[in-house]
Amino acid sequence: MLAAQARAQRSYRASFTVEVIGATVFTGLDLLTVLVIFRVTRTLGGFAFPSVFLMSTTSGLSFAAADLVVGNVEKLRLGIRTGQLDVLFIRPLGILRQLVATDFELRRIGRVIEGLVAVGIACALAHVAWSVPVALLLVLTVVSGTVFFGALFVAGATVTFWWIDSGEFANGFTYGGRDFTTYPVNVYGTFFRRLFAFGLGFAAVAYYPVLTLLHLPDPLGLPTWTGWLSPVVAAVAAAAATAAWRAGVRHYRSTGS
Amino acid sequence: MTVVIEAQGLRKDFILTGRAGRFRRTRRVVSAVDGIDLTVERGEMLGYIGPNGAGKSTTLKMMTGVLTPSGGSVSVCGLRPVPQRTRLARHIGVVFGNRSQLWWDLPLRESYELLRHIYRVPAAEHAARLARCREMLDLDAFADTPVRQLSLGQRMRGEITAALLHDPEVLFLDEPTIGLDVVSKQAVRGFLAAVGATGDTTVVLTTHDLADIEKLTRRLVVIDHGQVVHDGSVESLHERYGSRRRVVVDLDAPPEDTRAHLDVLGPGITLEEASADRLRLSYALAGGANAGALVAALASVAPLRDLSVIEPDIEDVIARIYQR
Repeated sequence: MLAAQARAQRSYRASFTVEVIGATVFTGLDLLTVLVIFRVTRTLGGFAFPSVFLMSTTSGLSFAAADLVVGNVEKLRLGIRTGQLDVLFIRPLGILRQLVATDFELRRIGRVIEGLVAVGIACALAHVAWSVPVALLLVLTVVSGTVFFGALFVAGATVTFWWIDSGEFANGFTYGGRDFTTYPVNVYGTFFRRLFAFGLGFAAVAYYPVLTLLHLPDPLGLPTWTGWLSPVVAAVAAAAATAAWRAGVRHYRSTGS
Repeated sequence: MTVVIEAQGLRKDFILTGRAGRFRRTRRVVSAVDGIDLTVERGEMLGYIGPNGAGKSTTLKMMTGVLTPSGGSVSVCGLRPVPQRTRLARHIGVVFGNRSQLWWDLPLRESYELLRHIYRVPAAEHAARLARCREMLDLDAFADTPVRQLSLGQRMRGEITAALLHDPEVLFLDEPTIGLDVVSKQAVRGFLAAVGATGDTTVVLTTHDLADIEKLTRRLVVIDHGQVVHDGSVESLHERYGSRRRVVVDLDAPPEDTRAHLDVLGPGITLEEASADRLRLSYALAGGANAGALVAALASVAPLRDLSVIEPDIEDVIARIYQR
């Protein structure tokens, strides 16, 4: 099925190439903003550049991986608006699975590779003391982050079942969430931090795992093992997104024909 | 006979919000489907018709698991469409006349290969069914063209094939001939008739083209405002709504005595129309009235030049139902 998608996309060759290049440049720009900030200041929230860079890159990699896997769920809006989603209901597969697998966007793989390279560089800069638990934590963090952002994509798209023009609202949480996790959570104001970092769980994407990885104390006073909680947070997010998705599918109204 | 589709008191309500004044909004509940009872047996071919907005598509969508019913119950192949949607999908084939289930950028051949994987159909069975469809629907001429470049008629033939490749027990077709030209319509109808003739596949078809119904189905369900207004054969529809066969005769000379001429009318026969010079007479036949007897009787009172028997037009009947 994926092979066929790839073939279909390659039938528009030029546009494919342009999009791959475009996607790659944009991700690069996101990381540049972090570099720019550290031209101005030596520390951010009490953290030096390597630590913040590691947070940004792990969150970026998770986001890119989630975007690769379920980013297509954005297409739901178009499907609902046109009623084309009907077609997915008549096949013996889950709606989400079909939505994600159709028009699978190969170009997004470029961002994941880029993200991997960036994390590698960040680990070297931060002088990560490699050991089995550290490597395990890093893998767990990226996987959990991917699940977390994936849940966010799905939950955001689900809103369109009720409110068709909610694309921007959903992007506020997905892209906004990625930007939020690019920096240490202690730089944000108390209300904002409580809501996003702890209420919605964004602190578990990169901030706490990186603190644990680099053996840094948390300025907010939580214990070191907090960094290991990412899978739990991701599981809760995934469960919530699944429940919302199911309710949304039941609420689907189709369109007249 | 086994029951394949059973609906009882099936309903679907939509909530419409409208604006009332600057800030207030009104909520209005509209029942697209308002309590439908329907039983379809294995191998039946059912024509499902109704005016725009009558609830045809909505009913089909509830039967195929797309929409969740607001009330009542429905089962298809013994499964409940929404909770058991993925299981049911293997037992049914669906064609939405104005949606495509093919992959826009892929040729038909590859779309079918994908569907084979999605439905996990054994390769040999798949190839056999595809070969049959290819032959009957003449697919080979355009099997390698991307779907986006196909004409509507070609695409629709492709869609019907796609819906049949997993050998469904029930085939749902929502306006399969919409927008097609005469030749494509005939190809589609001929093929559907062949599918129905095997007696294994139950076919439920919605349409606005009553020729589809006349050519294909014996049973006709008419719905209006979300309710079934007729369920039975085309003949019983005519009977119920008083459609008549007509006999029109042209005479060489007007009948001499109007009295005598009227006397020849048997039971159930009424004179509907007579031209000014009474050279052309039109009779309506109700119930079991016999056209032969009428013609024989007329011939005995006046010399006939020409005569025609006009079968009732289903469109007239349906139009009458819609306008009520």
